[in-house]
Amino acid sequence: MSTAVQSSRQVQITSQGEELVSGAEIVVQLLVNHGVEVVFAYPGGASMPIHQALTRFRDKLRVVLPRHEQGGGFAAQGYARSTGKVGVCISTSGPGATNLITPVADAKLDSVPIVAITGQVATPVIGTDAFQETPIVEVSRSVTKHHYLVTDVRDLARVLHEAFYVASTDRPGPVLIDIPKNVQIAQTKPDYNVPMNLPGYHPKTSRATPEQLREVAQAIRKARRPVIYAGGGVITSGAHAELREFVEKTNIPVAMTAMSLGGFPGDHPLSLDMLGMHGSVYANYAVAECDLLLAFGVRFDDRVTGKVAEFAKNAVIVHIDVDPSEINKIKQAHIAVVSDLRYALRELNRIVEPPEDASDWLEKVRVWKETEPFSYREHPDAILPQQAIYELWKLTKDRDTIIATGVGQHQMWAAQFYKFRRPRTWLSSLGLGTMGFGLPAAMGAKVAHPDKLVIDIDGDGSFLMNIQEMATCHCEKIPVKVLLLNNQHLGMVVQWEDRFHARNRAHTYLGPIDQPEAVGLGEGLVPKHYYPDFVTLARGFSWKARHIRHKSELFSGLKEMLASDEPYLLDVLVPYQEHVLPMIPSGMTVRELIRE
Amino acid sequence: MRHILSALVQNMPGVLSHISGMLASRGYNIDSLAVGETEDPRLSRMTFVVVGNDKVLEQVRKQLEKIVTVVRVDDISSRDYVERDLMLIKVAAPSGRRSEIRELVEVFRGRIVDISHDCMIIEIAGQEKKVEAFIELMRPYGILELCRTGRIAMVRGSEAIKPQPEEEPAQATPVAAS
Repeated sequence: MSTAVQSSRQVQITSQGEELVSGAEIVVQLLVNHGVEVVFAYPGGASMPIHQALTRFRDKLRVVLPRHEQGGGFAAQGYARSTGKVGVCISTSGPGATNLITPVADAKLDSVPIVAITGQVATPVIGTDAFQETPIVEVSRSVTKHHYLVTDVRDLARVLHEAFYVASTDRPGPVLIDIPKNVQIAQTKPDYNVPMNLPGYHPKTSRATPEQLREVAQAIRKARRPVIYAGGGVITSGAHAELREFVEKTNIPVAMTAMSLGGFPGDHPLSLDMLGMHGSVYANYAVAECDLLLAFGVRFDDRVTGKVAEFAKNAVIVHIDVDPSEINKIKQAHIAVVSDLRYALRELNRIVEPPEDASDWLEKVRVWKETEPFSYREHPDAILPQQAIYELWKLTKDRDTIIATGVGQHQMWAAQFYKFRRPRTWLSSLGLGTMGFGLPAAMGAKVAHPDKLVIDIDGDGSFLMNIQEMATCHCEKIPVKVLLLNNQHLGMVVQWEDRFHARNRAHTYLGPIDQPEAVGLGEGLVPKHYYPDFVTLARGFSWKARHIRHKSELFSGLKEMLASDEPYLLDVLVPYQEHVLPMIPSGMTVRELIRE
Repeated sequence: MRHILSALVQNMPGVLSHISGMLASRGYNIDSLAVGETEDPRLSRMTFVVVGNDKVLEQVRKQLEKIVTVVRVDDISSRDYVERDLMLIKVAAPSGRRSEIRELVEVFRGRIVDISHDCMIIEIAGQEKKVEAFIELMRPYGILELCRTGRIAMVRGSEAIKPQPEEEPAQATPVAAS
């Protein structure tokens, strides 16, 4: 503690000569002890003591002030998703705390380790509807991995240890700690090494047994049409190297969920890219026709399976996941292994042999992949969003690049046309599908990786949802890039309107309501009226920015963005008529796959 | 199929709310739920009666086990166990019918715990069927009020459902995030 003592701090000494420390300082000291380098924290009445304490640790802990608590929460996620370490965000009580709920719920669905600390009104007034009081622990119960309301300063150290432990181990997830203001102020003699009290939490017990692994290896040996269905568990457990070794040993092709992109190199010959609703034709064919489905770190999400009964219908299913509740939740597994995936693959790699006779299958899959790659038809003048992403990939593939996205068409095109090679280089809100994720997540990733190129590929709808974080990027000197694929519409909803609702536009045009596009009567590839003026907005935030709309401008625009060492927005006006294809409509099967 | 789940949970505020919220948000139907402290004041026991097929039950059990404050969950329906439900029932009992009612209470090995001019409170403990049979018998007299604890259950024999040794509190090594 001696390093933390500075002149601005009032130190209280007990009659026994013991030094007392405030709850707020215990919190900050423990953040430092847990290796936290940065917190994304927006102050308010009920969290001021923590912020005061943070100023006394300036040399050890960076504080980034987001412009909205939700931005802070997603920045913490961007930090966590890109590093694997716990991301930390802090807000005040009431609205500050409720604004954190969306990033917390998002972290729950995508198993992202974050610790969210909220201020709370003082314990004597809890439950009285005090100013800025919400029972945030009650609100957050179902969207956190765990949560705490700390009512005694002596519990703080234990709770912080537990929070970091629970957030980062087993299947990771968000932990919320609600700390009343009087607990932050209260003084106590700190014990930083207090033991945890988690009798119901045993993350180390889930390990594949040798018998289970032998059974898996036998199934692989006998399989004639095997395919791997790899999920977020590959990234979370750090199993990318083991997966690659496994694939190269067995020659089994890999279909990836959106969560696992980067967990296996997208440009590897055995990559089948993404599967599911907007996955590749070949990945979906392979899964539909396989006789052995190796489900590694997945949860059979509906966006992957479509109609569950038809998904991998004739396959033996091997399901390896660290979370026992995922086994048999959606699809019955023939061989179920509750295990850390990295451990299971490492052990499996010692004994596994390639299938005896899968050469016909591998050839079939290869032909599928060659025949129907992800594709788009270039336009003579307009910039297609797919093309912008593909060109960006070509320009950045040999640089250390991290891509964040919003949610919608641009997100799926990024998943299709950017071939991720390394884990934790693709940051996207996949389970919750939160628009507005991209910019703050990119911001958090850039703070963690100042030397890497961090680009938010965004849509105009998503980008506007957390546009205030442009201020954070400028003021906190976080030079992220934004490739804005601006089609003036909520493209994914428009796509569904086009396909399933007779093109009836229902509040999916983002310009003024008196424009023809508002009722679906627009003519031309892009709306004549352009709104808002993102370049002017960006300049108002002191960003560099450029607007382009002709194919001839694309290359120079991307080059200029990549060359800039400041926050830079490249606003690309793109046609809104493009659909993300292929597409398997919700709840259907590969037989209903839409190509055109 | 009806299952009895017995869960040991940490005895702290919010645990019941967490568990009932999880069950509700995942759409599981709970027939009855009883909670109380155990011999160890740090732990409470919850007894659930869950109706559903094996798949539903497996999910309920796993989702319960996933809650950090839940120490262990046992499905005791497949074992040899004792179950009890306690009921207090207030019945209209004018002086002319009291002895009839008292006879019924004796047959059911219940107790009359309160009596006034026109009614009495009867305590009945036992298996659900017995308690329900008694309710049916009391209907003609006029049931004024009724409350039940929900079922509690325990496996017979010397076996005890306790936290296992490896389930003792984890060590306090601050884990550097990795």
